[in-house]
Amino acid sequence: MSDVQIVNAPPGVEGSGFFATSLDKAIGLARSHSLWPLPFATSCCGIEFMATMGSHYDLSRFGAERLSFSPRQADLLMVMGTISKKMAPVLRQVYLQMAEPRWVMAVGACASSGGIFDTYSVLQGIDEVIPVDVYVPGCPPRPEAIIDGFMNIQKLVQTESLRRRESPEYQKLLAQYGIQ
Amino acid sequence: MGTLNNEILLQQFTAQFGERVKFVGEPYGLVTVETDRNQIIDVLTFLKNDAQLQFVYLTDITAIHYPEQENSIGVIYHLHSLVHNVRIRLKVFLPEGDVRIPTASVLWNGANWMERETYDFFGVDFEGHPNLVRILNVDDMTVFPMRKEYPLEDPNRVDKKDFYFGR
Repeated sequence: MSDVQIVNAPPGVEGSGFFATSLDKAIGLARSHSLWPLPFATSCCGIEFMATMGSHYDLSRFGAERLSFSPRQADLLMVMGTISKKMAPVLRQVYLQMAEPRWVMAVGACASSGGIFDTYSVLQGIDEVIPVDVYVPGCPPRPEAIIDGFMNIQKLVQTESLRRRESPEYQKLLAQYGIQ
Repeated sequence: MGTLNNEILLQQFTAQFGERVKFVGEPYGLVTVETDRNQIIDVLTFLKNDAQLQFVYLTDITAIHYPEQENSIGVIYHLHSLVHNVRIRLKVFLPEGDVRIPTASVLWNGANWMERETYDFFGVDFEGHPNLVRILNVDDMTVFPMRKEYPLEDPNRVDKKDFYFGR
């Protein structure tokens, strides 16, 4: 046997020559291991993310091979760095241009809460303008922390129901942010 | 054209303007003079166009807020004579209720953005400026954040108190 680890099959019914599981789980499995991030890096956390992308930490192991700076085909918006109030509409526009299903990760203290910049020009956390799925603490977080956040996103993606994005709760959440 | 030092500069200045400008001091060798808003453009024009002085380079326009002073908002000009490598600083103090001063963009195009920035942060109204709108902060901001009339941090916030972070 080789040392290559492969992803475990989702829970399901197994018999000789067949395997049955729910579509939700199969889709979740596929999505979670091919998340395509859109890095929105504005400061030091972005540099830390570059280290995460490098060969030592290698975010590509998680199937995040296609980093694009365009909302097209991107699943995961990674916001890394201080977001000023002037940048907030831009960030929101990028989020709106992403297609569903989409997830958002706030990396580091600034994106999560404004960080040390408790001041008139800085947005005190990106959750004021867009919904956030996972917050990564740290100032800046180490690559391990970013990977941990990424794996938490993967868990969310795996367990998400295919109907979640049409659910009234989700619509209500988006309506809170004035989306749709 | 001889060299220029601070004594010669001050002599020239006093000969030209006499009592209309006030010599404040020479901290770190930087001649500092104070004048008022009616004189400032004349003074700047003289410094820029005088054949001997040649203060052709406008380094910076900014402002300062001393809330305890009667004329609390000061507009500050830094000029640099590139030929002589001598600098000069001009200050104009204005009352807080009436922060108006004529624009220097008639002399230097570079003053345009500097004055926009000074308006953005201190609310100084540069009369005659071609486009006096905010340049760095968001357009819908209603305050002038560098004035010292606001506390540094919002005292009503609780979401960043130490006990949330185990401190």
